[in-house]
Amino acid sequence: MSFQATPQLEAEVNELISHYPVKRAASLMVLHAIQEQFGWISQEAVQWTAKKLDLQPINVFEILTFYPMLRQEPQGKYQIKVCRTLSCALGGAYELHHHFCAKLGLDAHKHGPQTTSDGKFTVEFVECLASCGTAPVMMVGEKFYEGVSHAKADEIMGGCK
Amino acid sequence: MSAAATTENKPAAPAIEKIKVKVDGREIEVPRLIADWSGKLTPTTMIQACELAKTEVPHYCWHPKLPVVGNCRMCLVEFGTPALGPDRKPVLNPDGTPKIAKSPRPAISCATPVSPGMEIYTKTPAVKQMREGVLESLLINHPLDCPICDQAGECKLQEYSVDYGQSASRFVEAKVHKPKAVDLGPRIMLDAERCILCTRCIRFTRDIAGDDALGIINRGSYNTIATFPGAPFDNNYTLNTVDVCPVGALTSKDFRFQMRAWFLKETKSVCTSCATGCNILIGSREEKIYRYTPRDNDAVNASWMCDAGRLNYKWIGRADRLQDVWVRGQKSSWPAAIRELADKLKQAPAGSVAIIASARQTNEELWLLAKLKARLGALSDAIPREGESDKLLVSADRNPNTNGARLTGICFTEMGINLVKIADGIASGKIKTLIVFGENIVKRAVAHDKLRERETISEVVDEHGITAELLGKLDALIVSDILPNETTRLAHFVLPGAAPAEKRGTFTSGKGRVQKFMKAVEAPGVARAEWEFLQELVHHVTGQNNGLTVESLFNQMAREVAAFNGLTWQALGDTGVTVQI
Repeated sequence: MSFQATPQLEAEVNELISHYPVKRAASLMVLHAIQEQFGWISQEAVQWTAKKLDLQPINVFEILTFYPMLRQEPQGKYQIKVCRTLSCALGGAYELHHHFCAKLGLDAHKHGPQTTSDGKFTVEFVECLASCGTAPVMMVGEKFYEGVSHAKADEIMGGCK
Repeated sequence: MSAAATTENKPAAPAIEKIKVKVDGREIEVPRLIADWSGKLTPTTMIQACELAKTEVPHYCWHPKLPVVGNCRMCLVEFGTPALGPDRKPVLNPDGTPKIAKSPRPAISCATPVSPGMEIYTKTPAVKQMREGVLESLLINHPLDCPICDQAGECKLQEYSVDYGQSASRFVEAKVHKPKAVDLGPRIMLDAERCILCTRCIRFTRDIAGDDALGIINRGSYNTIATFPGAPFDNNYTLNTVDVCPVGALTSKDFRFQMRAWFLKETKSVCTSCATGCNILIGSREEKIYRYTPRDNDAVNASWMCDAGRLNYKWIGRADRLQDVWVRGQKSSWPAAIRELADKLKQAPAGSVAIIASARQTNEELWLLAKLKARLGALSDAIPREGESDKLLVSADRNPNTNGARLTGICFTEMGINLVKIADGIASGKIKTLIVFGENIVKRAVAHDKLRERETISEVVDEHGITAELLGKLDALIVSDILPNETTRLAHFVLPGAAPAEKRGTFTSGKGRVQKFMKAVEAPGVARAEWEFLQELVHHVTGQNNGLTVESLFNQMAREVAAFNGLTWQALGDTGVTVQI
């Protein structure tokens, strides 16, 4: 897939760069802007960003691979994020994650986010979602769910059309 | 090259203030400022002070020719500074010495500047404990595969493990597995599991080579040195990253699995691939060369050399090397050939001999050829060899000893301008004997009329009119070379010579640095160093005895050649002397 920046993105990125004393400082914000528009950041997008910021692609690639929130592959329509920090881990986060994976045909032992072959769901672990009293908690996209039992999980999945 | 690498001809810098510090109780004076990797004066650090005090501080990421990052933590030391009282005056001990306030925390010696009166402690139990801790941490995910690792024997991880390591690991968890045998570029292989992430390679290629191609991807214990996908690590200096890598992570594809480092005999030599004259070490075993590595010389190449020069050694071991003396197609011997040549040259009328030498010959050899030239009234020249230069080390002049040929009088400042005269002399029948040393002249020969044609289009630098046809007109074609070629096949006399790695001698670099090199391996068959048989030939032809060893030849040459006046073989040292060119 070749990356084509829209005039709108180009303008947004130019604006972002102007906020910083050196171009390189805008790296992370530019990557966010690209992900906001495309949902993920391709190798071509990295090269485009590097060119925009007068950097080598490896400099941008380092950032992309450092932050798990920056995606190197297209993501599912619904992104299921299961908290696994202490309270949730004790409250059954691993079982919940396993449940999702089993239902969606994914490998629960694999590292990092996984997307179903139909591109509908992406399941991953995240760190603390700041609701330790109601563990286990999770998010689907921007929506937050507390005290997620397996039955509730099925219900949430069912609600994703 | 960064300004730091060649500090040779700079105007005298203002004197740098000296300060007194103590390293493990021993007082030494160190300059307050020392030039860093880029040549900029920066405050002297504790590790540099320890180096000046000849106290070794273990380190991985610190390298004197690279920017300081301080990420490996191996060089942690304890230190103290003179205590100041409330009146900002030094507090004194009862015996009048300043009281030292020991810092409650250690500091990385590579990035902490020294101050007057500072005391550095590198041998305390706490420092030992810190080194053990850092080393244990670095070894957590290390594969411990020294028996199959190329770095074994010259590995800092291995060396410090002997000093500060533990015989058994306390680590019971599963090790993180990272990519192995990663093809980083055409000459470099990466084993990410052996990497300790010191970033020396990244800093070298970014700051010295100017090709920001490497970085660290992923995070935490999955950190890996990498290139951008699809952008191979390929510049002319990549192999220097193998040298700076303190562990076995980056290996040379050329040297990988070829020879254990401890079997190699290391011989001090000089690279012959261009006029820069990078100082090198030749690693050889049992008359076979396995690798070239750069040798430190701040006046020439700092600690680096280019990949092209480094890999330009394989021809030395070629099976088709000239190994015998040939006279008119018959195998002969040195005494017979030298006698016949001497008789022939002694009887040659003045002006009937011409000499084409190579600027790849040593100063001594060119000087001996110049002696023949003077005796025979011969025309002489050498063949220019041009390429493209770069910003770091590579010179556009691909001959290692152009200045040697000029200073000994073999060629004019403009090398190659006599070739036309030699060609004309052969064509007219005036020149009957041609002596060729180390150049396949036929290769760059262009027929007379064609050459004229080309001269009108562009400047002809390395082409000339001495064609095979013209060589056929000669009574005697005397050729010394290392490898067989069209010219040696046409020769009446073939004298097998030695590669620079097979003899001793000196070169004069493009910047006038006279540097000597040592013999690493034996020449094959009866091939001999050219200075050896030239010295005999000159003795027979001219009656002069210039000495039987390369030392005495050099010293005699230094007395006779103005530019080398005052030099001696011994005074050249390992890193050479710069002369006025």
